[in-house]
Order: sequence, then C-alpha cells, then structure tokens
Amino acid sequence: MSSLTVRGVSKAFGGLTVLDGVDLAVEDGSTLALLGPSGSGKSTLLRIVAGLDQPDAGSVHLDDDDVTHRPAHRRGVGVVFQDQALFPHLDVAGNVGFGLRMAGVDRRERSVRVRDALDVVGLSGYEHRDPATLSGGEAQRVALARALAPRPAVVLLDEPLAALDQLLRERLLVELRSLFDDLDVTVVAVTHDPTEAAALGDRIAVLLDGRIAQVGAPGAVIAAPASAEVAGLVGQRNVFDGRVVEGGVETSLGLLAVDPAGHAGPVALLVPPSAVVPTPDGPLRGRVRGLLYRSGTPVAIVAGVGPRDDPDRMSPTDGPTLDVLAEPGWVVGDEVTLRIHAASVHLMVR
Amino acid sequence: MNAPDRSARTPRAVTAAAFAVPVAFLGVFFAVPVATLISTGLREGGRWDLGAVGEVLTSPSTRSVAWFTLWQAVVSTAATVVAALPAAWLIGRIRFPGRSLLMAALIVPFVLPTVVVGTAFLAVLGPDGPVAALGGVLGFDVDLRRTATAVILAHVFFNYAVVARTVGAAWMAVDPAAEDAARTLGADRWTTFRTVTLPQLRPALAGAASIVFLFTFTSFGVVKILGGPRIATIEVEIHRLTTQLLDLRTASVLSLLQLAAVIAALALYRRAGARRGSARTRAGRSVLHRPAGAERWGVAATITSAALLVGVPIATLVWRSFDTAGGPGLGYYRALGSTGRGSALFVPPAEAVRNSLVIGAAAATTALIVGGLAAVGLHRLGGRARGVADSSLMLPLGVSAVTVGFGFLIALDEPPLDLRTSPLLIPAAQAVIAIPFVVRTLLPALDAVPARLREAAAALGAPPHRVWWEVDARLLRRPALGALGFAYAISLGEFGATVFIARADAPTVPVAIFRALSQPGALNVGQAMALSTVLLALTAAVMLLVDRVGDARVGGF
Repeated sequence: MSSLTVRGVSKAFGGLTVLDGVDLAVEDGSTLALLGPSGSGKSTLLRIVAGLDQPDAGSVHLDDDDVTHRPAHRRGVGVVFQDQALFPHLDVAGNVGFGLRMAGVDRRERSVRVRDALDVVGLSGYEHRDPATLSGGEAQRVALARALAPRPAVVLLDEPLAALDQLLRERLLVELRSLFDDLDVTVVAVTHDPTEAAALGDRIAVLLDGRIAQVGAPGAVIAAPASAEVAGLVGQRNVFDGRVVEGGVETSLGLLAVDPAGHAGPVALLVPPSAVVPTPDGPLRGRVRGLLYRSGTPVAIVAGVGPRDDPDRMSPTDGPTLDVLAEPGWVVGDEVTLRIHAASVHLMVR
Repeated sequence: MNAPDRSARTPRAVTAAAFAVPVAFLGVFFAVPVATLISTGLREGGRWDLGAVGEVLTSPSTRSVAWFTLWQAVVSTAATVVAALPAAWLIGRIRFPGRSLLMAALIVPFVLPTVVVGTAFLAVLGPDGPVAALGGVLGFDVDLRRTATAVILAHVFFNYAVVARTVGAAWMAVDPAAEDAARTLGADRWTTFRTVTLPQLRPALAGAASIVFLFTFTSFGVVKILGGPRIATIEVEIHRLTTQLLDLRTASVLSLLQLAAVIAALALYRRAGARRGSARTRAGRSVLHRPAGAERWGVAATITSAALLVGVPIATLVWRSFDTAGGPGLGYYRALGSTGRGSALFVPPAEAVRNSLVIGAAAATTALIVGGLAAVGLHRLGGRARGVADSSLMLPLGVSAVTVGFGFLIALDEPPLDLRTSPLLIPAAQAVIAIPFVVRTLLPALDAVPARLREAAAALGAPPHRVWWEVDARLLRRPALGALGFAYAISLGEFGATVFIARADAPTVPVAIFRALSQPGALNVGQAMALSTVLLALTAAVMLLVDRVGDARVGGF
C-alpha cells in the first residue's frame, strides 16, 4: 500500500481545459470517492493517475516517489474499468492471473493467488468460466479481483457500479466498502452518484470544471456543501439565492432569520427538507404539485411558495418550489402552510 | 478523449516499419508490372506516343467492347441487387431453422473459382442441361451458351452473396423500433420500408453494388468460358490482344480505360461507407423474429430461390462430371490420372491439383504476411492518410488480374528481376490478388480490438510488446486464420493472372480446366467437369475449415 498525492495536475485536449491545477492527497489505506458530473474531468484524472495519459503540468506521487513519467505497466496502479474490459480470450482465472503472469509469478503460486482473489470477491470456483457467460455483477467482481491480485499500490475504480441495476448496486456498495476496509488498500473511486460516493469513500473530493471544489467527510460534504453547485451535485434540491441583510437573509421565500455566520452580500441557501415544518400558523404557504417517495419517505413538491399575506402575488403557482417532508393525508392540489426552521438553513458562497 | 493521444502512443516508426513490406512487395509485384505494361504499349522508340490513346479510344471495336463491358456490368449489378434483396431481408430480420446453414451456403458461390462457375453454367445452359430440358418440355429450343444472358446469369450467381450478406448485415443494424414507430404513425408496410428502412440501407446497397460492379466490369474467367468468341469484356479483350494479336498498344490503352473505371467504382465504394451492423438493438433486444402469417410465404419463396440459384449449377456440374458416354461412372475422374489419348492436357490433371495446392499455400502465406502488415499500418494511421492508403491497397482488386499477369511476363523477365522461371512467380501474382481481401478481413478485426483491453493489460503490468502479443495477437488469431483460408481459396481459383504465367508443363487446376474446355471432344469436356468438381470440393473444404477454426466474416465488404 502507498499513499497517493496529486499536485497541480492540468490537462487540456485540443485547447479545451479538462483539468486545471488539481491537488489531491489520499492517505495510505484510505478510500477517496472522486465525485463529479460527466465532463468534469474525473475520468481523465483517473487515467493520469494510472499512467494511461500524461498531464500537461503537475505531478503524481506514490508515497515519496514521483511517478509522473512512469508508464502504466511499471506503475503498480490497479484499475477497474467502467465496462470491466475483461479479456474475452481468457477465462476468469486467466483474467485474474494476468497481472501476476506479467510480474513473472510462477504457475503454482499464481493459481493459489487467483483462488484467493476470487475468494475475496465471493466467486470461488469461477476459475474456468468464460467472461461472456458472467452476469454484470460477476463481471464486476472479476474485474475487481483482477485489479487486486497483483497487490497494487493503489486501486482506481472508474464508475465501478454504473452498469449494474439498483438493487445489485446497493448490495455491492456495502460489500466493496467492507472489502476495502478488510484489505487495507488505498482506493480512488470515480463516480457521478453521491450515494455511491458517500457509501464508498472515507472522504469525498468534488471535482467541478476541472478543479477540486470541496474535500471532506461524506456527511460534511452532503450536509454542508461549499457552493450551490456542489449542493446540486450531492443531490440537495432546496437551494435558493439570497442576500445578507439586517436581521437575516432576504430570499424569494421572504426574509429568513438566519445567522449570516461571516457571510455578506449575495449568498446561496440550502434548506434541508427536515427544516421545513408544516404548521397551520406558518408564515409561508404554497400548493402541493406532486407527491413522491424517496427511499420510502413521502416527499411533497410544494410550488408557489411565498409569504402568506403577500398582496402582490399574482397566481397561486407564482413563486419558488420547495421539497417538503409530506404530512399524512396531503394530496395533490392541497394548499399548505409552512414554517422554515432558520437554524437548520445552511449558507454557501454564491 | 483518447483520440488526441493516439499518435503519441503509437510511434511513427512502427507505422512506417509495418508499411515497408507491403509497399516493397506491391511495388515490385504490382506497380512495376502494371507501369511497365502501360509504358511498353504507349512508348514508341523511347518517346511517349499518346496519340494512340485517342486513336484506340475512338476505334469502333474499342467502343463496342467498352459498351458491352459497361452495360453487362450495369445489368448484372442491377439484377444481382434485385435478386439478393429478399435474401438480405431474410438475413437481417428473420429467425428460421437452418439459418446458419443458409448463411454458409450463400458464401460458396462467391469463393468458387470463376472457371468453375463458367463450367457449371455451361453444364446448366448447354443442350444436355436442365434449362434446355425445361425448354424442350415447353416446346422451345433453348441454348443460352455464348450469350450475354448466360454471362449475366453467372454474374448474379457469383455475386448474390456479396449483396445478400452486406445488405443483410446493414438491415440488422436498422432498429425495428424505428419501423414500429413509423407503423404507429400511420405508415403502411411499403411506406415504412421506403421512408424508414431503405434510407438506412442505402450506404450498404451502394457499397455492395459498387463492389459487384467492380467484379462484373473486370470479369474474365466467366466471360472467357461462357461468352464464346464473339462476346468480350475489356479484360477478355486485353487477353486476346496480348496473347493472340500481340497488340500491346491497344491492350495498354484498354488497361488504362479499365483502371479509370475501377478507380471510379472504388471512389463510389468509399463514399458509400457501408457499415457492419450488429444483431442487437441499443436496448439489447434481438432484431430477428420468427415469420408469421403471409411472411411465411415470403420466407419459403426466398429460401427456395436461393437454394435453386446456388444448388442447380453446382448439382448440374457434379452430375455432368459422372455422366460418361457409357452411363454414370468415374470414367472422367480416372482419366485425370493420365494424359491419355484425346486429352488436351500436357500433364496428368492430377499433377495440376498438386501444383495448385502447393502454389496456394505459398500465395496464401505471402498474402497473410504482407496484407497483415498493411492492416497493422492502416490501423495505426488516422484521418485522410488512412483513406488514401486504404484505397490504394484495394487497387489490385480491380486492376485486372490479366493486367497483373501480363505485366509480370514483360516486367519481370530481365535482370535485375528475371523471375520467368522462378517458382515464386505464380504465388507472388496470386498474393497480389488476395492481399486486398486479407486487408479487408484483418483491418476491421484490428479496429474492433477495444482500446480498453490494451489499457487494462498495461495497467496490469504488460509492457507495449506484451500488450500486442497478449491482447491484439490473441484476438486476431481467428480472423487471421480466416484470412489465410480465404486467401488460399482465392489462390486455388485464380485464373486471370495465372493463365499468363503458368508454364505449359506446370498448370494449376483452373488453367487445366480452361485448356480442356478449349479442345473439342466429350472426354475433354468431361475432364473439365471432373476437374471443376475437384476444385469445387477443395474450395468448399477450405471454406468449411475457415468457418470452423477461423472467423467466418471474411472479406468484409
């Protein structure tokens, strides 16, 4: 195992900047989830760490070694590709043992280590299966076993679960996480899915437009995103623009008595659904436009939210939309009254 | 995102090295002979005499040969497309028992030697054949030998598979969901075909048609055997002018004329840009369905006509080879072992079989090595350069086997390259003809190796040469075996070039068949039928082997 450090890495393709001075540090034995939307440059960063692409500027270090110019095959960085990239002409054992064969491990030791690697991913007895006959989940495990078998310094996973269905994905997420903990391996997992990032990473690094926008523990990044963009990326929906004024923050929802906490002028606000309380005497009102369930929790999409007694309101749907934890008995079309718990509102730079 | 790094990771030196062998080989065995032939014809006393060009082009006999060549090629192409379209539909849309058998059977005519096809159609259309028998029942006296109709029929037989397989593959790539959508929007079946399916088939249709045009425009063996003395394509006329009249000047101009037509057809082929389809839609659903209702009649009719088209000429040929004067027997086959009285052959035909097998092995190996290196070089090239190089490698396909063969005779007969008596002469000529097919088989296979697999191997510690050996070489083994077998089949049947350079005492099988047919007498015709059947069996065996051990999608047009 090694620690991984990326310093000031930049990369452009045909004049288009993809990575712009990226710094990252992954501690020995820890897991970093690299979260970013498509086109943010996360796959390019992964390819540079693996040695499959060269950065235009900056450096990559494993422990104290600068490996920036070391080619992929001498870098000792394992990669699990998004589409698995299993060798179709080799059976499962041939795939898993490929890296060992390249390292000159003899046949006997190889078969032992292949068996061990398959045990680890829960595919004992799969040695002679043809990759074409594997299910998506099995292929993903074989790809993981193949990357782990040569005991690489660092393992990189590119959208490791993107090709799998929802149910399988959640099960594998938990398995992967405990596997990484057990093996004490240094991991960078690239993903666009905040759930995946939170479940896999000891820490999450958010990559936006080729720059690291925020690094932190999953809970911190999701509950307290650094900007409106990060908030959107981690799946937060109730994000509004506002301005710090005397006595709170002025927003399209009206004046909220939020502590500016050092912010001044234009800000962005994150209102967690749990901070919105339905109450008969609330100062806000709006109309339920839709009801849906997120992981079994009923959520109401309330539109046209605004001050209850605002005489200037033109129509009942004129105003921002807010996700609210639904009360039993709400149906679409209901007019509801709400109160925002100002202490739970999170302010971000805009 | 990977494209810009391509050149950085594949050094120019590797590309150049890969191209060196094919460029040298095709330079010596293709460019030099063809250029020599043309300059020999067009130079008078060391000076270019271009007046000959105009003179030859405006002469009535040239005009008549060129006109026949053109119209028979156009009619052959159109007839092939119309005849093969139902089979393309079958391949692209229908699941039925025996599907893979039909697919395999369809390729047989395409790899058959032209001489065998000519001989088979002689048997079918001759006075003892099924067509004459049918005519007799209906009260007509039918003998289609030595007619343009015979030539066109043989061309349809020969090229049916090219259209059926190419267009069929494209048909598979048309998502049935788009057709369903058109139906729900109010289009009937015919309108749906015309407005949704056909436009998507157009590139494949144009590509297949231009290849068929190329083959029929430069047709030699079929016309030579079926056309008789009065019917000649440019290719046949070049052969007649050079061997019988020794008129190199006219022959050179005709070669140039043919070259221009070939380049035009190839340009059309490139523009058409036919793509190979896959049997699955984006949603991963199979595009094939079982026929239902009235569709079953269409399926039955298509399978029957395909079976008749492929089966009748072959069956007739085989039957005639056993149909001796004294009743059915092995008489003609026994005669193959000796030169015997009444036989036109200088050597026992069995020896021709041995010659063909040995020469074929040498030619196929050469074609695989040279064509394989060319494919590697092409794979590493990008952009315009690749298009140009690709087209140049296709040239031997159309620049008239006859031109190549005759060019060999006059270019390689003096130092430093006196190869007249070299045993390598025929394999080299046949390799030149087979190389485009090898490239067309290996290049798509190389392109299809996912870059991800190479990266995965590198990330697992494989240095570049091992990546090539462990990934590319392994994935190319089957296509390479396929290309080798295909090149072998082409070499076994090659006639146009070989007929020039084969020595009288060492003929190949097609040359021996042709010699037997040009002599009178039932024994000679019978021997030709028997030899053709042997060649048919050899070719079929090779293609079966290709199907078993190699990749069957050879010659990817």
